Amino acid sequence: MKNAVGRDIPDYLLTNGKEVYQGKNYMDGKYIQKAAPKTRRYEKPQESKIVATIADALRQCGCKDGCTFSFHHHLRNGDYVANMVIKAAVEELGIKDITVAATSLGSAHDVIADYIEKGIVVGIQTSGIRDRIGDVVSAGKLKTPAIIRSHGGRPRAIEAGEVHIDIAVVAAPTSDCVGNCRGIGGKHNCGSLGYAMTDAKYADHVIVVTDDLVDFPNYPASVEAIDVDAVVVVDCIGDPKKIASAAARISQNPRDLMMAENVAKVIASTPYFKEGFSFQTGVGGPSLAANLFLEKYMDERGIKMGWAIGGICGPMVELLKKGKVGKVIDVQDFDLESVNSINQTPNHFEMSASQYANPANKGAFVNKLDFVVLAALEIDTGFNVNVLTGSDGVLRGAPGGHPDTAAGSKCCIIVTPLTRGRMATVCEHVVTVTTPGDCVDVLVTDYGIAVNPLRPDLIECLDNAGIPHVTIEELKDKAYSLVGRPDDLQWEDKVVAILEARDGTILDVVRKIKPYTVDED
Amino acid sequence: MQILKPATAGTLESSDLMVTLEPGNGGIELSLTSSVMNQYGRQIKKTVLETLERLEVKDAKVTVVDKGALDCTIKARVECAVFRANDASAENIPWGGVIV
Repeated sequence: MKNAVGRDIPDYLLTNGKEVYQGKNYMDGKYIQKAAPKTRRYEKPQESKIVATIADALRQCGCKDGCTFSFHHHLRNGDYVANMVIKAAVEELGIKDITVAATSLGSAHDVIADYIEKGIVVGIQTSGIRDRIGDVVSAGKLKTPAIIRSHGGRPRAIEAGEVHIDIAVVAAPTSDCVGNCRGIGGKHNCGSLGYAMTDAKYADHVIVVTDDLVDFPNYPASVEAIDVDAVVVVDCIGDPKKIASAAARISQNPRDLMMAENVAKVIASTPYFKEGFSFQTGVGGPSLAANLFLEKYMDERGIKMGWAIGGICGPMVELLKKGKVGKVIDVQDFDLESVNSINQTPNHFEMSASQYANPANKGAFVNKLDFVVLAALEIDTGFNVNVLTGSDGVLRGAPGGHPDTAAGSKCCIIVTPLTRGRMATVCEHVVTVTTPGDCVDVLVTDYGIAVNPLRPDLIECLDNAGIPHVTIEELKDKAYSLVGRPDDLQWEDKVVAILEARDGTILDVVRKIKPYTVDED
Repeated sequence: MQILKPATAGTLESSDLMVTLEPGNGGIELSLTSSVMNQYGRQIKKTVLETLERLEVKDAKVTVVDKGALDCTIKARVECAVFRANDASAENIPWGGVIV
């Protein structure tokens, strides 16, 4: 069945009430029955929940075949914990048919790709899927289609019981002996533990893995002892150098800076740019550099930012310290400057993934956003964005908070160069729709700006400010005139990944890619 | 033109390509890899073969390792490799003639 963004979703996926994507806010006003976990009573006082090994903790939590594990990705490419736990489950307990439900997966988790190839890991639910895991899933080696969700879609699915977590694992920079966890104060800090919070509340069992045991009570705790079954102390939870791998430095690339300046101009032309406005950026080069130019406009008009959310990095912390933003609410930290600031700098707070972006709660932060500035791998003439699949059709990205912030915000700006090497970023049809076009308002490229025709009010703002803009078709034609029109990708029928819209409907599917040949048919 | 000896042109930098020519076995034998194979493989092949045809190269083993080069770059690298393989790259290049 074709959905609202024109993608053909196979009927066999539309079981148990699953629907195809119908457009923004389709689920508004509906009720959900939240799924409560089945948890063990620890009525008899315990001095400590520390157990010797991960294997012992897994046994204590009743780990068995078919188990669904949850992991969070605050340690990013430096994470050791997910691999440790899966290895212990497979090698020491002999567990089979594992589903890995992680908030994101990256190059740190290549070992999971081995278990997929061996048929031991049979399910993947994640936001990010890349590197070897992306390759093996794209090659059709995972037994069931991977399910890809946004950061807001995941807590929605967990609360609705669509993902039932048997064991949630928290990689904790610090914990006390009963499992009060924080992302700071330890040897290998990650700052916010926002993505672990919902998982810990909805999992049947919770295991804390830490390398820095601190005195009770480790407070204020991000994950609380009342939800924790066992604590395991290991030598090292991650490589601190790779924790901040998304090197969030302001770009010096003149093309990025030009685009960033245009983003700031667009923002300043809208009525939302006023005292107390709210803002989020991604950490890509031009998105991040927009901070810099925005500050200039804020100074000129004598206004301050009310609050900022998101994955947080240094430049936003600097604005907070300068008093140019009122509050920073933080679900994840991208560099050491933000890690060292959360809960330390006044008005730098932590939030859960659900508070951040869940479309099924009673009002996440994204719903109050004025502006979000995001990147894209591809954007098509319907303003649909792809941040998941490479233009060769292989899984190598993450929706992250992209669809959530785009849908929630009043003005969503995509900033991307028109071409990357020979790849046209602005194209006729994106490989995979990860953010639907009805949520995207403005596109800023190095060859011009385009406004979504659904937003005549913004077109008027740009016109009044004398900001030139063109149609997105013109940008697409320009791109193709530079790099040539790409051949359509060739797919097999097999679905290797299902991309859920944030509301739980099916936005798109990723199929297995056909081997390519340069010979004409 | 004849391929008298092995020659290469280009680099493996992003947006470039490396073309290697060797004397052939009585025809054009093309081996092509590309970072944008699935979208542009056929166009790259076409550009390479057309350029060889324009230079009247009929007998060569051609190896192309493409890193997302544009058509103009592909043509230039192939032309350069042909002239090098013919020992004709030092002088009297037919600018405005067969080299557009």
